Order: sequence, then C-alpha cells, then structure tokens
Amino acid sequence: MPTPLLALDGVSKSFGAVAALRDVRLELHAGEAHALVGENGAGKSTLVKILAGVHAPDAGTVTLDGRPLLLSGPADARAAGIAVIYQEPTLFADLSVAENIFMGRQPLRSLRRVDYAAMRERAAELFARLGVRLDPDRPARGLSIADQQLVEIAKAISLDARVLVMDEPTAALSGIEVERLFAVARSLRDAGTAVLFISHRFDEVFALCQTVTVMRDGRWVSTDPAGTLTVDEVVRRMVGREVSAMYPKQDTAPGEPRLQVRGLTRHGVFDDVTFTVHAGEIVALAGLVGAGRSEVSRAIFGVDRHDAGEVLLDGSRLPNGDTAAAIRAGLALVPEDRRQQGLVMELSVERNTNLPRRWRLSRGGLLFGGDERRAATTWAQRLQVKAGRLTDPVSTLSGGNQQKVVLAKWLATAPKVLIVDEPTRGIDVGTKAEVHRLLSQLAADGVAVLMVSSELPEVLGMADRVLVMHEGRLTADIPRARADEQSVMLAATGQAAAA
Amino acid sequence: MTAVDTAPAETATGGGARLARRAFAVRELGIALALVLLVVTTTVVNPRFLSAQNLKDLLLGSTILAILAVGQAVVVITRNVDLSIGSILGLSAFATGAVFVAVPGLPIPLMLVIGTALGAVLGAVNGGLIAAARVPALVVTLGTLYMFRGVDYMWATGRQINAADMPAAFLGMGTATVLGVPVLALFAAAVLVAVGYVLRNHRSGRELYAIGSDPAAARLSGIPSGRRVFYAFVTSGALAGLAGVLHAARFGTLDANAGLGTELNVVAAVVVGGVAIFGGSGSVYGAALGAVLLTTIRAALPVLGINPFWQDAAVGALILAAIGLDRALSARVARSLRERKAHV
Ligand SMILES: Nc1ncnc2c1ncn2[C@@H]1O[C@H](COP(=O)(O)OP(=O)(O)OP(=O)(O)O)[C@@H](O)[C@H]1O
Ligand SMILES: [Mg+2]
Repeated sequence: MPTPLLALDGVSKSFGAVAALRDVRLELHAGEAHALVGENGAGKSTLVKILAGVHAPDAGTVTLDGRPLLLSGPADARAAGIAVIYQEPTLFADLSVAENIFMGRQPLRSLRRVDYAAMRERAAELFARLGVRLDPDRPARGLSIADQQLVEIAKAISLDARVLVMDEPTAALSGIEVERLFAVARSLRDAGTAVLFISHRFDEVFALCQTVTVMRDGRWVSTDPAGTLTVDEVVRRMVGREVSAMYPKQDTAPGEPRLQVRGLTRHGVFDDVTFTVHAGEIVALAGLVGAGRSEVSRAIFGVDRHDAGEVLLDGSRLPNGDTAAAIRAGLALVPEDRRQQGLVMELSVERNTNLPRRWRLSRGGLLFGGDERRAATTWAQRLQVKAGRLTDPVSTLSGGNQQKVVLAKWLATAPKVLIVDEPTRGIDVGTKAEVHRLLSQLAADGVAVLMVSSELPEVLGMADRVLVMHEGRLTADIPRARADEQSVMLAATGQAAAA
Repeated sequence: MTAVDTAPAETATGGGARLARRAFAVRELGIALALVLLVVTTTVVNPRFLSAQNLKDLLLGSTILAILAVGQAVVVITRNVDLSIGSILGLSAFATGAVFVAVPGLPIPLMLVIGTALGAVLGAVNGGLIAAARVPALVVTLGTLYMFRGVDYMWATGRQINAADMPAAFLGMGTATVLGVPVLALFAAAVLVAVGYVLRNHRSGRELYAIGSDPAAARLSGIPSGRRVFYAFVTSGALAGLAGVLHAARFGTLDANAGLGTELNVVAAVVVGGVAIFGGSGSVYGAALGAVLLTTIRAALPVLGINPFWQDAAVGALILAAIGLDRALSARVARSLRERKAHV
C-alpha cells in the first residue's frame, strides 16, 4: 500500500464520562471511496469532527501525506484540503442559498467586492452538476431537510478538496438524487480525491465504496475491501450479534377509513391529492425530493394551510391550518427536520420526550419528576436510545439517537393516525428493525400510519400500499403485491400514468 | 408603520426569494413611509414644521444618534449588543474638551482622529473581554457602561468645560452647513455609506451576518467568529468616540454626564430600524432611518400638542409596534418560504 493521503492513528476522544472514540485508526487513500459504518452512537460523527478540526483528539495523531496535521479549527481543515458535510446541516437561515455555499470564499470582483452575480452563477452550476434545480437566490430558511443536504453537498464539492468527508449525506435523499450524488462523488474520486462516506444504507455503501471500516462502541473493528464483505457480515460486526427480520410488517386486515384526504391542494406545491388510510394500514408516500410529500403531510397536520380540499379524521373534518385541533383529534406528525421542528436541542432527553404529553402527565398543573422520568425511560429503552443520562441535553446525542427521541416523543401520545416523515433517517440497522416492528405493532392495534420515506426498501417492506407523488401530484397507488422497485421508480419519475 | 403591513405577504406566490428580498427592502421603505407620514401630518397641523431651519435642526439632532445606531447595528447583526456606547461618547466628548484646553491650537481633523481612536480602544476593551471571558456581551458592556462612566466622573469631578475653552472653528463645525446641509449630517452620511458598503460588499461584512444568523454554524464554517465580533465592537466603540467629538462640537458645554442613557435610545433606533435583535438580518440604513424617525417623533409630538409626558410612551409604543411588525413579518416570510417549493 502507498502512504495514505490522510491517516488517523490511535485516536481517542471523550466527552466527560462518555468515551466517544477509543484508539481508532483509519486510512484514506487518494482515488478511493472509503465507507465508515457503525451503530448509532458508535462514534462516526465524532471522528468526522476530528477530521474537520471541530474537536481536538485527546490522544492519537492525524497525518496528511505522512506529515502530522494539527487542526486548531475548521478553517485549518479547509486549508488543508479537507471538505466536510456534517450530519446535521449547518446553514445560515437568513442568508441566500448561494451565499451559504460560498460563505468566506465568495467570488470577488474589483476592490475585493463580493461578486453576487458570479456567485449565483456558480451556485447554479453546482446544482446543475448535482441535477437539482434549487433557486440560489432564496434564503436558506424553510428549505426541506433534503434540500438543506443538497446545499451542503454543493458547498462541499465546490471546495475542490483533496479529502471529501460525507456524514450521512443521503439520509433524506431518494434514489435519483443519491445516484446523481454518487456520480459526482465517483468523478471526484477518479480525479484523485479521497472520499469518506458514512451511511446506514448498505446498498449505498457497496455501490460507492471500495473499502469498508466498521466501528462499534467507539472502537475500530475492521477494515476490509468491500468486495470481500457481505451485508450480513458487516451488520454482524457492527452490532456484535445477528440481526434478523429487517422489515417485519405483519399482515392486518384494513379496518374502516381513518384518515381521508380529498382534493387537497396548495397552489404551486401540490395539487388535488386524494387518498384514504384505513385503520391498521401502513401507507407509504414515495417520490423524489421536492415532489411535495412532506408538504402534503404538513398540510394534513395543519402546520401549513391548504388552498382547497379537506382532511377527515374518522369522518369528521379537521379545521384548515390548526395543529392543536389535529393533535386533539388524534393526529401525530413526526417531522423530517428534527433540529428545527422536532426537538428543543437544549432541553434534556426526558423533557423532549414528554413535551406533547405534558398535560396528561401533570397533576394539578405540576410536573412530577418521577413520572416524567419513568415515561421517558420506557420509550427510551424500547427505542434503545443511547444517552449518557436522560437529563443530558439532546444536542449531545448522536444523530440517530436524536431521531429516536423524536419518535419516542410522538409515539408516546398514542395517536389514532400517525404521520411519519422519514422515520428512520439516520437510524442504524438494529433499531431500524425495532422502529419498523413498532410501526407494525401500532398498525395492528388499529392506528392508521402514513409514512413518507425516501428509502425504497423501507417503503417496499413496510407498506400495505404505496402512493407515489411526482411534481405535486399523486401518480400511482400501488398495492403491496404489485409494488416493486420498478413500478415505484417509474411513477416517481413521472413515467407511469395513475394506476 | 401601518403602511408596511399590507405590502409583502400577499404576493406569496411570486417566489420566496423575491418575497424575502422585498420584505427586507420594504422594511426600510416602511420606516421611510412612516417618517413621511409623520412629517406630513405634523406639517398639516403646523406648517412651520417643514421650514428649512426646522429640517436642519432635525437632521442635526439625528446625526449623533444615527452614527451611534450604525455602530450598534453592526454589533446587533452579530447577535450581540453594546450598552457602553453612551459612556464611550461621554468619555470621548470630555476628552475632546480636555485636549483642547491643553492644546488649544490642535487641528480639528486630528481631534476627530483622537476621539475615534479613543472610542476604538474602549471598544477593543469590550471586544477583548467578551472574547476572553466568554461572557455574553450584554453583561460585559453593562459592566463597562459603569466603568467608563466612572472614569469619566473621576476625570471630570467638579470640572466643566465651556464653549469658551474650545476653538471657535471647532464649535462652528457643530452648526455649519454646506449647501444647506449640516456638516455633522454629512459625517453621519459618510459613516453610513462606508459601513453599509462593507457590510454588503465585503466578505468580512457578510460573515457578520453569518455569525448572527447561526453562531454554531459559523464556527463550523471556519469563520473567525471571535475576531469578527471583536472588530464589530471596535467599530461600535470608534463610532461612539467620533460621536463624542461631534457632541462636543455641537453642544460646547461638557460635563461628566454627556451621553448619559443614550444607549437605550440607540438600541431603540436599531430595533425600530428593522435590525433583528437576534442577529443575522437588517441593515445599517434601516438603523439610521430608525434614528431619524425617533428624533423626528420627539420633535413632532410637542408640535402636535401632545403632552411631553406621553412622548416616552409614544416612543415605547413605536418600539413595540416595530418588534411586533418584525415578528409578524418574519413569521409570514418563514411560512411562505416553507410552503413554497424550493425547486425552480
Ligand atoms: N458534544 C458532545 N457532548 C457529549 N457527548 C457527545 C457529544 N458529541 C457526541 N457525544 C456522544 O458520543 C457518542 C458518539 O456520538 P457520534 O455522534 O459520534 O455517533 P455516530 O456514530 O455518529 O452515531 P449516528 O449514527 O447516530 O450518527 C454518543 O454516545 C454521543 O452521545
Ligand atoms: Mg453521526
């Protein structure tokens, strides 16, 4: 083996009592895509942040081209040619998309003035390269999580870095966008960039990467050529045991209609969306990023208003744009953007879990610590939340564990209709199966579940019916028996008429 | 203030970017409209309100507040606040008098430089403390507010510097006009244009907005947040120092109380001018307009026959209205951005 471009050796990092990394090693080579896999909380993002100069390692060395690399901040890492896509998008809501991409490196014209026109143009070029048509001029505020990730990706590739580190960049993207991202990543790799790729989706790992490193509990487990590994083997090393039955949706006979959506329209976003979800049924809403799936689910829940149509729950009409009424009627929405819509980052895990249920937990308006802790513990255990203490702020949890807290929060409300938007975004294999088992259990108990998901295996494995959206319209309603990769993708890309 | 209300969100379908940009442009336009409305109403009641002399007085009266507001806006955009500017102004004003007493023949431009430099040093004290102690700016500048004022008191105990102690040319600058425009107002305009230019066109200016918009993300993007915030406070201090010299020129009589309590007026001007108190958005033009609006209100209320007792209440109501408007506006913009498709 030639000298690695970037190498970590014996790296350790602790946060207080939590040892996030213990004696970890990693070698990245020019022209190679390297996958890093591990359970939630295994320490992947911590390792990324060390490469990015955000955290300084407690012990161990980082070398670039065989020379020791001392990073005292993100600016150093960037100067050393390391571009990083963080797991959680870090955009400036008040600034335009183009400015977000080029912050600190804006193209200049005479007198060192920022050249806004050139900046816009280059942002548009980047998006064209990624095959997305985002408006470079709009503020980042209000972008969907997938679009935020696309902006982050554009930012990273615009750096022309020697090392490209991507921490779950695809977690909210659907097949087509992932393919485009991979095409760009491959071309960068072939041009000599070293790529570090983190994902909980194994098909992606094997599609892009030549080498796979497995981590468990902050420790390095193995590094092997991808060709010599199987998914089962990787999972066994990650989890330390066999994980079976990935998508155990039990068959239930659908009951009476629970959620009826009729002619739902929001001008310019989605149009005439009509469907029904029955008790005991899991209906998936599939489609490309930007097809309007999250927008529809938010309109149903009343976060956004709709211009026409109606939403019925158990036959009675929900008021337009009234979230409180929707919650009272028994609707719950697990949002896609956990940082902005799901969690109060500075509050503790247990407080977050109990936010929507506070009223029910309180006696005479007072919250009792004991009850709160018990309820939180139950859900946290079922979802295997890995946290130091339940009183720790949510912001210190790993990404996947934050997602589990969001899920716990809404599952605990015992809803009649549960809308989940990317329920397993960033959640590892073992827990993913647990989340799926839970959803299936809820359906068996008579809950109607509407699941927005960009992950095709999840859609195909979990759904009784697959609704597909394309550019704001429902283009297909495919029953489980006929749903397969091809039928869904055709409808998602608008190549199939309504079924 | 009412005029802005109807403009932006109705056009929600017309594209989020344009909408958002309009909302911000409209924000400044709204203040300008409110200003025009106020002047027109007052003039109808009392036509003399629009006399050249009165306009000149208004401009003159706004100048110092506007310069301070520009500096404060730079700080507020980074999600900080500088409460010490009133004390910096006081110290710089007294220093101006003292220097002229000691060196009567000192050239005026040199005095302007000295005052600005003194302010910059005091601003650097603020910035340095904030960076080193990692204490919120509110607390640090509250501390230096008293500290700087204390130094001022110690220096000025029992002393008063009068117009007679300062060169006539210097005092003349306080009331002089060029083509009918007060020289002091020209200073304010120059400051405004220069700072506005940097904020809009320079990377460092853009980074100030980034820092205020999301401090954590700014750190992850490798923006030297500490240094930028430090210089924001130096800027604010320097402008307060400059304002102190102008204060001396305009009022002539100086004691240790110059600029006492100004900081709250300045924060009010900035907020009324549409600079978000949580940072990340707004402009120095808005802040300067806010300063002019506040000054005009104070001048107009007596003309309109409103009991002076109500003046502060009116200013307070204006601040609340501005904040309420900001909230409503940004909620609507946020909502329409969220609801709108991002893909073009
Ligand atoms: N700033 C912090 N303070 C305290 N603990 C932290 C902090 N950052 C991470 N941790 C802890 O370090 C461990 C590793 O977290 P890390 O984010 O690296 O996991 P991960 O492998 O990226 O997981 P995921 O797949 O869920 O993203 C977790 O137990 C987490 O709670
Ligand atoms: Mg992570």
